[in-house]
Amino acid sequence: MRIELERRPRASTAFAAISPLLALVLTLFFGGLMFWLMGKDPVATLYTFFVEPLFDVWSLHELVIKAAPLILIAVGLSICYRSNNWNIGAEGQFTIGAITGSILPVLMPQWHSVLLLPAMLIMGMLGGALYAGIPALLKTRFNTNEILTSLMLVYIAQLFLDWLVRGPWRDPQGYNFPKTISFAPEAILPELLDSGRAHWAAVFAIVAAVALWFMMRFMLKGFEVSVLGQAERAGRFAGFSSKKMVWFALMLSGALAGLAGISEVSGSIGHLQPSISPGYGFTAIIVAFLGRLNPLGIIASGLVLALTYLGGEAAQLSIGISDKISRVFQGLLLFFVLSCDTLILYRIRLVFSGNKTEAGAQKNV
Amino acid sequence: MVSSQDQGEPSLLSVRGLTKLFGTFSACDGIDLDIAPGEIHALLGENGAGKSTLVKMLFGVLQPSAGQIFWQGKPVSISSPGQARNLGIGMVFQHFSLFEALTVGENIALSLDPKISLSKISQEAAALSHAYGLPLDPNMHVADLSVGERQRIEIVRALLQNPKLIILDEPTSVLTPQEAERLFETLFKLKAEGRSVLYISHRLDEVRQICDRATVLRHGKVTGACDPKQETPASLARMMVGSDVAAVHREELGAPGEALLEVSGMSVAARTPFSVSLKDVALAVRAGEVLAIAGVAGNGQGELFDALSGEYPVSDKDAIKIRGRSVGRMRINDRRLLGAGFVPEERHGHAAVAQMSLSDNLLLARAHSDRKAFLSGGFASVIRHGAVRSAAARICQAMDVRKSGEDPAAGSLSGGNLQKFIVGRELDRQPSVLVVNQPTWGVDAGAASRIRQALIDLAKAGSAVVVISQDLDEIFEVATSIAVISEGKLSQAYPAGELSLERIGLLMGGIHDSTQHASHDAAMAGEAADAH
Repeated sequence: MRIELERRPRASTAFAAISPLLALVLTLFFGGLMFWLMGKDPVATLYTFFVEPLFDVWSLHELVIKAAPLILIAVGLSICYRSNNWNIGAEGQFTIGAITGSILPVLMPQWHSVLLLPAMLIMGMLGGALYAGIPALLKTRFNTNEILTSLMLVYIAQLFLDWLVRGPWRDPQGYNFPKTISFAPEAILPELLDSGRAHWAAVFAIVAAVALWFMMRFMLKGFEVSVLGQAERAGRFAGFSSKKMVWFALMLSGALAGLAGISEVSGSIGHLQPSISPGYGFTAIIVAFLGRLNPLGIIASGLVLALTYLGGEAAQLSIGISDKISRVFQGLLLFFVLSCDTLILYRIRLVFSGNKTEAGAQKNV
Repeated sequence: MVSSQDQGEPSLLSVRGLTKLFGTFSACDGIDLDIAPGEIHALLGENGAGKSTLVKMLFGVLQPSAGQIFWQGKPVSISSPGQARNLGIGMVFQHFSLFEALTVGENIALSLDPKISLSKISQEAAALSHAYGLPLDPNMHVADLSVGERQRIEIVRALLQNPKLIILDEPTSVLTPQEAERLFETLFKLKAEGRSVLYISHRLDEVRQICDRATVLRHGKVTGACDPKQETPASLARMMVGSDVAAVHREELGAPGEALLEVSGMSVAARTPFSVSLKDVALAVRAGEVLAIAGVAGNGQGELFDALSGEYPVSDKDAIKIRGRSVGRMRINDRRLLGAGFVPEERHGHAAVAQMSLSDNLLLARAHSDRKAFLSGGFASVIRHGAVRSAAARICQAMDVRKSGEDPAAGSLSGGNLQKFIVGRELDRQPSVLVVNQPTWGVDAGAASRIRQALIDLAKAGSAVVVISQDLDEIFEVATSIAVISEGKLSQAYPAGELSLERIGLLMGGIHDSTQHASHDAAMAGEAADAH
């Protein structure tokens, strides 16, 4: 007996809808199994992890704070991936965006103006876009693989930030802690509601998601993205340039990652420090795929993944297991999303082959 | 009609009720087939009739869903090509599986027992290829060989296993008439040795010329078994297609008008190591003319199309003129705005995106030229899906495109129907210049005749049409003048009436080819002398 993957005559719409849910169920099942093996009560632990955070105004705010950068980055990545450009370095573009966006509040702390915040956001986007332009340049000029170059640039960005906050940008009154001066009030992204910390990054995320959804659904540019992503040669036939698309896709996703970076620093942290992200740029890859590379789906999947961060923190506090557990959940989720997606185009068939005729054939030889 | 049941001698290979299901689609449906020792047996059928699926099951590439294969009277199940080879079945595929960067000998050695030394294999291969009239130099690199010579490697590779049955899948589709003749001689030699050949083709003349018996497939079922020598091409075609194929109708065209497409002194360097460079190409097509460009695959047809379409513009802006305007450096959409239309060879992934709907595929070619009709919102270029969809429906109706559903994915259409859509997509805007590459490649006879008729009608309405094709029948059906491309060089154009098949065959072979053969044979002779 063997298992065969058989291509369906057409993509299954049922499985296209079920696949992400199936992946969630499988993730919860294996996550529970993992807790059980660790000697914890799986149901109670899963409850603490995924349900408790939803009944508390404070943690709902935290959920939005964590979902916003995930969604912002992931919608950019979804355009990138749909166009067949594989930007894995959003974490680096996030970091560079945070740095370039912080230039004004760190180096010109005396400048108090309503223009300060917009200027910071624009500079953050520019920084992220230019940093993503490096793999674009390397890909279009030298045909290098953007997966490798964008990933390696992440570590360069992180170490550059580390050097900045320990060296030239360190707060002289900061008791030698590796951080910059705290931003002026005009440089802080305002909160949305009085009830908690959630700030304007959430609005940016929703606007970006809806705008890019509109582009992919109704605009020629979105059509260009899909065509070049599926068949480069057909794109050339249509008069689209795949080189320009490399630039467009990478710089767009870089700009959004940069916006997420400066929003996080300005809205949630208030200064630069060596670590400004719990891996948003990498987790956003999972968000993008769980949302089926659809900007609206990404809003939902961004909230789900944000929950794994919160759950990890909660589990660490109340059950006493490492918050690295949230990484395990994210990994499980990506694994199951990608494998469940196979069922959209293929079905599984068990083949029982008779061994009797096989033996007859052997005799003949 | 020869019944397949009352054989005196036992069959070498028999097949009973062989069925292959892909999902709910049955590619082969209860097929019976008998191949006697020492016969050349034709397997006839249109594209999509199930020929390839059937032979893939015989060669162990696919597993049957039902039915039984008998080899020399005993039931067998062939689970892999290796097992098929052990039984004594050899196969020459339509698409070669050769490494271009390796030599002939190395390519052959790859498919054999790794313990045998390369020099021994090379020697055997050279001797064998000579004995069968297919001279090959084992030290040549595959990249330097013509398509015909590459096919010889595949044949020799199959023969080295000493098979009792050799399956050839559309072997002449890539050969010049002269190369095909040479192949036929080899097949007769194999037959004289008592080997059987299963010969897959849709070329009726060939089958009548060389095959002893024929089995005809249509839609996965056997629709006839006959002695092809007793049949006429028309009666064979009826078995294949199911009804008489409409003949293409052409009236004498009036005097051609002004030149709408002119190419002069166009040379294009090869983009990749394995593509062909174009050398000083010149042509002119006037209104009302159909210029057909014949040639064996891989002689620069694709590169010529790329240059004419502007997918890869050329450096000299005056090298190409459309309606008198120099367009050499213009990109494809600007040439479309001047009234040109283009149909590339490859349907999936070039002319169309398989996963996208027909209306999206309409937009693919015409978003720029029909901007006013299909886009709105100015700079934002918002697609007017409704307008595009109704235009797609109009094209489907005009070209009789059979499809399932209102706006299905391009990949779900059969080759013929998708090609009708792709051609119709250009015809719908009445282009004044139309360049088509292999318009009916892999298309069923009904769709092919419709497409050819449409091309002729377009020319009659005053457009200039260029048809790049490997199919000589097609060329003689549609062309008012014919040129031949070989090794990236284009011959002068001859009026269609003045060229015979033989003359085209010679031009297709090119001067280069004949000299190479001569030097080849000399090299072979030298080596044979050394061996003795």
